[in-house]
Amino acid sequence: MQLKNKTLKKKHKQVSGSLAIATASLLGCVSHSSTVQAAEDWEFDTSVLYYSETDRVSLVEPIIRARKDFGDDSFLNLRLVVDTLTGSSANGAIPTSSAQTFTSASGNNNYTTQANTAPLDPNFRDTRGAVSVDWEHSFAKDWRASYGFNYSNEINYESIGISTTFNRDFNQKNSTLTLGLSYNADSVNPIGGIPFALTFMDVTTPSKAVKSGSEDKNVYDILLGWTQVIGRKDLMQFNFNYGNESGYLTDGYKILSVVDGTTGDLSVNLDQRYLYEKRPDDRTRQALYWRWSHQFDTDVFRLSYRYFWDDWGITSHTIDMRYRYEMGSKHFLEPHLRYYSQSAADFYHTSLVQGQIPNYASADYRLAEMTSTTIGLKYGYELSDSSEFGVRIESIIQQADPSQVIGNQSSQDLVPDVEAILLQLSYSLRF
Amino acid sequence: MMSKEFVLVRKITYLLLVVMSVLIMAGCSSQPVQPWDRDVLAQKKMQLEPYPNDAFLDEHIYFSKEASRGGAGAGGGGCGCN
Repeated sequence: MQLKNKTLKKKHKQVSGSLAIATASLLGCVSHSSTVQAAEDWEFDTSVLYYSETDRVSLVEPIIRARKDFGDDSFLNLRLVVDTLTGSSANGAIPTSSAQTFTSASGNNNYTTQANTAPLDPNFRDTRGAVSVDWEHSFAKDWRASYGFNYSNEINYESIGISTTFNRDFNQKNSTLTLGLSYNADSVNPIGGIPFALTFMDVTTPSKAVKSGSEDKNVYDILLGWTQVIGRKDLMQFNFNYGNESGYLTDGYKILSVVDGTTGDLSVNLDQRYLYEKRPDDRTRQALYWRWSHQFDTDVFRLSYRYFWDDWGITSHTIDMRYRYEMGSKHFLEPHLRYYSQSAADFYHTSLVQGQIPNYASADYRLAEMTSTTIGLKYGYELSDSSEFGVRIESIIQQADPSQVIGNQSSQDLVPDVEAILLQLSYSLRF
Repeated sequence: MMSKEFVLVRKITYLLLVVMSVLIMAGCSSQPVQPWDRDVLAQKKMQLEPYPNDAFLDEHIYFSKEASRGGAGAGGGGCGCN
């Protein structure tokens, strides 16, 4: 009897699944935020990422994403992420012809880096856990909304956020207007405390004067989007994103080298060589984003472009291309190409000249004039109607330019390239 | 001081903006795709984010390694990686 019930339930599920597809097709319900599938109750996406930079950080990051379909146009999305970082991170100082000694983030001890190599802090370690939940539903004809909450915690950072998105369909669901809002209240608490900005690192003692244990940071974003069905095989989206960050935006671990204005050499006095960086406490940024998906017979071409600008003086261009090449009905290969180019922040300085200390300064290469190129390949295999396996490998190269080269600095590679590889395994299951 | 590369990318940008505008206008002025013609658009591979985990991880990596963020969506959560 129980077996019979189970069989009936399974059959009912299959029929309701087919009906859902038919209904979705009839209503023209192309969901722009999520996948359209048969109405299986659960959808699981699991992935593990391994990311490694040459001589720098390595990261392992597993993710579980679950999506529950309640069958009445409402869904619950859950995501759990854990990431573990280890390795060395550039501290911002320039390489010199002799070995250099620094004070660790904790302020309790020193570390020394070799001559003629970019100084890396070898004690970079972090573990982060993040959870996000959001619920989406249709609350009126042609209207959909989602409400989300996210929380993450790591050794030196905590973040709590809320977000909401509203979608309104027009033109027989060929066009969708999107409004997205999000707010994050974060807390920055670096190991060893927050140093006084633009003060010298005390190397000989060693010690670290601490301004406070933690500082706040608030981030909000507004997104306005338009999604357009261009034809039977073309979908396009155009977004405008306005965001603001305020509070402690400085990286408490980063320093700048202070040099002689003619020779470019560091001071003889060990305690007057490195300054803790300082960034403005407010940043407004905007982005225009466009993406297009086109299907050929069975292959799919995806292209996106983003133009970004902010009031720190950074503008950037990002172009991303993927081509999904179908190899029979169950396998595909997807080459990926991404190119990113940014201008430097107004306060980016590869080094500072003695006696000419500005109000804001950072030598973080991520704020320098920089390009980043990604080449990747993904292989996907449909194991059954309800499960899929994927593996992708990518190579990322970042090349940044120094803001200024002074005297003897010309013999050094002031901002060396950063090379990274990425390997990701994924498995998806619906039931 | 902008590099030659940056100027080249800016030119490509203008070109892309023109292509985008033309395509969007073409889409808005053409006949709507009817519900019974949605078979291709309904496929997983034709969704804007067919693999949400890939998109999430990419966003995390580039947010950590570059100075730009946002555009594709709102929200996502904070991180001390930048």
